[in-house]
Amino acid sequence: MFGYYLDLALRSLRRNKMLTALMVLAIALGIGASMTTLTVLHVLSGDPLPGRSGSLYYAQIDPQDIKGMDSSKEPPEQVTLIDGLNLLHAGRADHQALMTGGSVPVQPEQSSLDPFYVEARYTSADFFGMFDAPFLYGQGWTAAEGEAKVREVVIAKSLNDKLFDGANSVGRTLRMAGTSFRIVGVLDSWQPNPHFYDLNSGSYAYGEEVFLPLQTMLELRLDRGGSTDCWGNGGGGVGNILPSNDCVWLQFWAQLDSPAKAAAYQEFLVHYSLDQKALGRFQRVPNVRLRNVMQWLDYNKVVPSDVRLQNGLAFGFLLVCLVNTVGLMLAKFMRRAAELGVRRALGASRRALFAQLLIESGVVGLVGGVGGLLLAMFGLWLVRQRPSDYAALAHLDLSMLFVTFVLAVLATLLAGLLPAWRACQIAPALQLKSN
Amino acid sequence: MDILPILSTLRRHKLTAWLLILEIALTCAIVCNAVFLIGQRLQRMDMPSGVAEHELLQIQVADVTTPSNPYARLAEDVALLRQVPGVQSVASSNQVPFGGSSSNGNIRLDPAQPERTLSATTYFGENIPQTLGTRLVSGRDLQSDDFVDVETAMKGLSTGDSKSLPHVTLITQTLAERLWPGQNSLGRLIYLTPTVGLRVVGVLDSLVRPNAFDPAKAQFTMVVPLRMGANKDQSYVIRTRPEDRAKVLAAAVAALKKADPDRVVTTRRSFDEVRRKFFQDDRAMAGILTGVIAALLIVTALGIVGLASFWVAQRRRTIGVRRALGATRSNILHYFQTENFVLATLGIALGMALAFGMNLFLMTHYELPRLPAVYFPVGAVLLWLIGQLAVLGPALRAAAVPPVVATRSV
Repeated sequence: MFGYYLDLALRSLRRNKMLTALMVLAIALGIGASMTTLTVLHVLSGDPLPGRSGSLYYAQIDPQDIKGMDSSKEPPEQVTLIDGLNLLHAGRADHQALMTGGSVPVQPEQSSLDPFYVEARYTSADFFGMFDAPFLYGQGWTAAEGEAKVREVVIAKSLNDKLFDGANSVGRTLRMAGTSFRIVGVLDSWQPNPHFYDLNSGSYAYGEEVFLPLQTMLELRLDRGGSTDCWGNGGGGVGNILPSNDCVWLQFWAQLDSPAKAAAYQEFLVHYSLDQKALGRFQRVPNVRLRNVMQWLDYNKVVPSDVRLQNGLAFGFLLVCLVNTVGLMLAKFMRRAAELGVRRALGASRRALFAQLLIESGVVGLVGGVGGLLLAMFGLWLVRQRPSDYAALAHLDLSMLFVTFVLAVLATLLAGLLPAWRACQIAPALQLKSN
Repeated sequence: MDILPILSTLRRHKLTAWLLILEIALTCAIVCNAVFLIGQRLQRMDMPSGVAEHELLQIQVADVTTPSNPYARLAEDVALLRQVPGVQSVASSNQVPFGGSSSNGNIRLDPAQPERTLSATTYFGENIPQTLGTRLVSGRDLQSDDFVDVETAMKGLSTGDSKSLPHVTLITQTLAERLWPGQNSLGRLIYLTPTVGLRVVGVLDSLVRPNAFDPAKAQFTMVVPLRMGANKDQSYVIRTRPEDRAKVLAAAVAALKKADPDRVVTTRRSFDEVRRKFFQDDRAMAGILTGVIAALLIVTALGIVGLASFWVAQRRRTIGVRRALGATRSNILHYFQTENFVLATLGIALGMALAFGMNLFLMTHYELPRLPAVYFPVGAVLLWLIGQLAVLGPALRAAAVPPVVATRSV
């Protein structure tokens, strides 16, 4: 029966090409627009470290004086150097990393290359393991080496390609900011999106090209970037002066492999705050937060509000397209009242008629879906031409491809329900008589 | 034109009529809000900076190794840039209008005050008002003996030595009016730190902040006499004639590179580019919204064409009968036009309510202001026009139906 109905549907659609084209166009435009924005939203709100993000926690404590920075009830978004180092050395998590960012000048050995700046991450040793950074060659430095302020560096694949033509550069020397560093590792392509571990340097399509031990950076006073927030007599630090301990400018991440450990760690942060208060350093009642990666991204509202607005608009547009299709489909089905009346008179049940009409709308949905997919690919290409930092990430993936089709067919079937039901209400006798 | 027969016909096509009304209503609601959003974005992109944008250039240079005396280095660079032909004035600044990254301070009018009064941006550097071209409304400009080296100030801050901190500041008119409404702000004190107040010595006409995301706070700006020294984040701002910009920029970069070939020029651009980059997302959003409006109107128009064509075909016989009974072509034409007008009007009325609801939603979720009433007629007129244009074709086809159709059975 399905084959026969399909044949009927195709015939009927072919009979009124203009109307069919209008319906397909409306569905395709609606699906194309909503899939474009939904894909962008999907890419931007994705999990940067699937499988791991649930056990990685961002720690916040509140070292501000009573007046503080503003009336926010939330603790500062970063930690001070002294608190960061205390938490790091306490080592109460399965793994932990204290970090900040900046940019450093690279002085290539090749005279053909001018010095250039690259983005740098200054971090303690556990960073690579915690965040699953894949090594192409070599490995990171050890915690002991980090504490000993070694002149060692891990570089990104892009920098290795640029300076060493992709060869194994482990053991070679990289000169940065007037100091020689030994390359100990080369990372494979790695760029978590969003750049969850430090959102100050831009949320998307941002990646560091060199990774240095934090202690080494502190000793050499390499350039710091990102954001520094101070209260009281805090000074943000400039040149050779580091920000004072009334300033937050580092990020602290902890890996906690079970919810029980996370709860225990939160407890630890409260105790730490109490201890610091007893020492006279903290003034406020303990105010701590421990958010995992997705909670942290959510709290920071990393997905640009424009993107969510565009998504809402696109679905509004899809709704208009669907109402449009319902109207056209109704017109089309009602026009065939006579034909349907004859079929009813010849013994077809309402259910059979209903199935036939739904198959017809399903065909429109399928063709509209294909059109919508092409339009979505075009739409995403348009998005990629935009200057926003996330633009380059807008690509259709398999899951979104699947969602497109399901959405298109479901939407059209839904749009077909009302007209099909209405058409099935036709009294066959009346239709046979009137003409 | 008689509306009653139209209404009675529509009552027999209730479902179809309501679908069309719903489509027009949704379109009207989205279009009203989208036009409003476009207006908002365009208004934002027009935000005044208070500086001579078409005459300014920004250059940032970064040394590979920190210079032994960054203050001397900066003075040398500024002197060098002043020698470049076409350069009228040179400033060094830690930030530039619409530059994005910014330095901000929490203002208190009384150091004991528990909450800050507001957060203002702080420009640090020499020669900023003159070079940027913002006018001094009252008081005096910063003088060289007001200036303090930034490292001295940092040390003073941590040791509590208030003598080594700057003691004066310039603020914008907007900030002065916000802090001391209707009063003279000259001589008043602003506390950025608990220990020392900055005395307001001059009021600037206007100077926008680098992070001007909220128009209401865009002019909360201070200029503080801190000498920053040459560093990667410091900008050289050059004033020149608009027509000389490209030439001067190239010559200025060449001069800086010649002085020390080992350093890296990280930024070189005109302020037109600074503004373009700062508002690029707004421009993109305005473009997208325009596209959405166009697509919506096209889809709705096509929907009207489709349904009207269907109705015309369905009523061919009736039209023939009316023509045979003496109705003129224009009677038939007007019938369909009026029918569309009635449907559009109902749709628009419903759409207005929807537009209002949608705006309430946007207000709570996207911090948008209330939709001004002017936008409602805009949407209404647009949809009436689109409706009439779309129905014209089918209506003309209906008017062309000959009376003889009445005598034929289909």
